[in-house]
Amino acid sequence: MNEDVLIAGRIGKTGSWLHRFANPGRFLRLVRPVLPWLAILSLIITVTGVVWGYAFAPADWQQGDASRIMYVHVPAAWVSMAGYAALAVCSFFSIIWRHPLADLAAEEIGPIGAGFTFVCLVSGSLWGKPEWGAYWVWDARLTSVLILFFLYLGHIALIRAFDNPTHGHRAAAILALVGAINLPIIVFSVQWWNTLHQGNSISFTGGSKIYITMLYPLILSSLGFYLCFVTMVCARICAAIMERRTRSLLLAAAERGA
Amino acid sequence: MNLAPFIDGSYGITVLFLAGVGALTFARYRRAVRRLRAVETR
Repeated sequence: MNEDVLIAGRIGKTGSWLHRFANPGRFLRLVRPVLPWLAILSLIITVTGVVWGYAFAPADWQQGDASRIMYVHVPAAWVSMAGYAALAVCSFFSIIWRHPLADLAAEEIGPIGAGFTFVCLVSGSLWGKPEWGAYWVWDARLTSVLILFFLYLGHIALIRAFDNPTHGHRAAAILALVGAINLPIIVFSVQWWNTLHQGNSISFTGGSKIYITMLYPLILSSLGFYLCFVTMVCARICAAIMERRTRSLLLAAAERGA
Repeated sequence: MNLAPFIDGSYGITVLFLAGVGALTFARYRRAVRRLRAVETR
């Protein structure tokens, strides 16, 4: 896989750029200066999107004001799935190339992704009661998202279940990769099965069934949620790298003193 | 049906989650920076 190739006039390994950016120290140097700006941007966009959806977006002709729940439910659902996809990618890098940064990222994505999935489930349930007459139905979409939540919880537990962290990361990476099969099931569940959950209203290839006065706050809210996810995960990865460095410095000092 | 509790509940849980996790993440990040600086300047 890592064959010698000519990169910018020099001999290097295929994927060497990837390995260069997978260095925790380089990640820290690149991300730390950007982090405050990312946090401010995500705060502004999320607050704007959420307030727009809560107070200013028009009510749906059929659902009434209950449609406002969409502005937090749909972004949370998208981020929970994107988060799991990121977890699966990190797990892939961890298994194939043993990148320490991939292990760290997977460890920090898990709790945040589980939180967004929880928000998605609770807000969906609160929408279901007035619209369907029930907080929960064993519908294909709902059940597959509940499985996603359990996969996140399993990953969080498994990664911390071993005395040797390497074993934990490996076992959790296998779980994350196997669990990735759930993502297309969630996406296509509304097409494959006759579900109570409505079908896709938004299409990136055109033909969205949602009017722009509702689409714009939804896009803004989604962008804000994605930015919040990226900011929180990056901050947690940076914190984890610094915690490890502190531990190793303290250990080195103790060994010198002994 | 009064929809306000359902809408407010959805937004409430979302804001609580985002603010809570954001605050915890920020606190952890600040603590990690402070501890590393303290160890490096020791």
